[in-house]
Amino acid sequence: MVTELFAPALYESLFPAGISRYAVGGLLVGLGAVVIYLGTGIPAGASTFLESTLSYVSDQSRFQRYVSSRDWRVVFTLGIIAGAFVYALTFQSGLVSSGLYESGTTGQLYDLGGVSLWLTDVQPWRLFLGGILVGIGTRIGKGCTSGHGVCGVGSGSKTSIVGVITFLIVAIGTAQVVMALGVSP
Amino acid sequence: MSQQRHPLFMPLIFVGGLIFGFGLGFSHMARPEVVLNFLQFEDFGLLFVMGGAAVVTGIAFAVVPRLFDRAPLTGDTYGRRLKSFDRNILIGGAIFGVGWGLSGICPGAAYASLGVGNVTILWALAGMFVGAYIQGYWRSHRTASETSPTGAD
Repeated sequence: MVTELFAPALYESLFPAGISRYAVGGLLVGLGAVVIYLGTGIPAGASTFLESTLSYVSDQSRFQRYVSSRDWRVVFTLGIIAGAFVYALTFQSGLVSSGLYESGTTGQLYDLGGVSLWLTDVQPWRLFLGGILVGIGTRIGKGCTSGHGVCGVGSGSKTSIVGVITFLIVAIGTAQVVMALGVSP
Repeated sequence: MSQQRHPLFMPLIFVGGLIFGFGLGFSHMARPEVVLNFLQFEDFGLLFVMGGAAVVTGIAFAVVPRLFDRAPLTGDTYGRRLKSFDRNILIGGAIFGVGWGLSGICPGAAYASLGVGNVTILWALAGMFVGAYIQGYWRSHRTASETSPTGAD
């Protein structure tokens, strides 16, 4: 790897798990978005699903405006879940391995019918409270890491670039404060 | 566009989601710990996920509209994802940033996290629906009570 040539120690500290699993995974995330774009012309994002799905149970005008796309957004989300499960069946379970894939040490692996599944150690209150803020913020801010970060930045959208810089900086600050307060995991 | 969809529309959306979700699993973005490690400067790999994905979409969004006129399954023209800029981008982005920094999870990665077996992520998904409902309820009522034609993005 070219990046390992400049300073192995620095590389090791910046990328303790290497870069290939991240780069390959990222290329696949992009490819998934491109497949949908090629066939339909839609630059898809993941967070609209939250509001479009609420239109099934709520008459609020903010949700009803997504009625025409709510069915395919459910299918997109089911596809994401299924795709991640295929990863769990193959690489996470060790059935398939590759020099490009580095398994991790985070969280807990557990076995269910021969499939290695994974559980986070991050505390539920962090997930729930963080989730509420993610739900509010992504919808007010017109997109999330996939809509702004992948499709928006890929579109060269200044709005999305500003959005990404905003949530990245705030997220880094938040995570640093949470860590400094001794909250772990 | 909802009536008379092409029979391959839904299958294609599913396949796209499948690749997208597999990538989120493979890159460990479905693990909040790995995202938090990035935000805490312990592993910068996430930059390659977002960068790698944006490079692929960037090439496609630049090339595809020049090669083809209309998308085969919808008949729509190929556009880019351009949203108007206003202060909501900063306000929403900052609120999302606090939530992402606290939990280490974002919407797409949360769906994928369920797929890798992480049932605990249902806490985050429940929170996201609650959050989306709160802002939607508030904005629906604010829009209804406002007579001036401002705001609707």
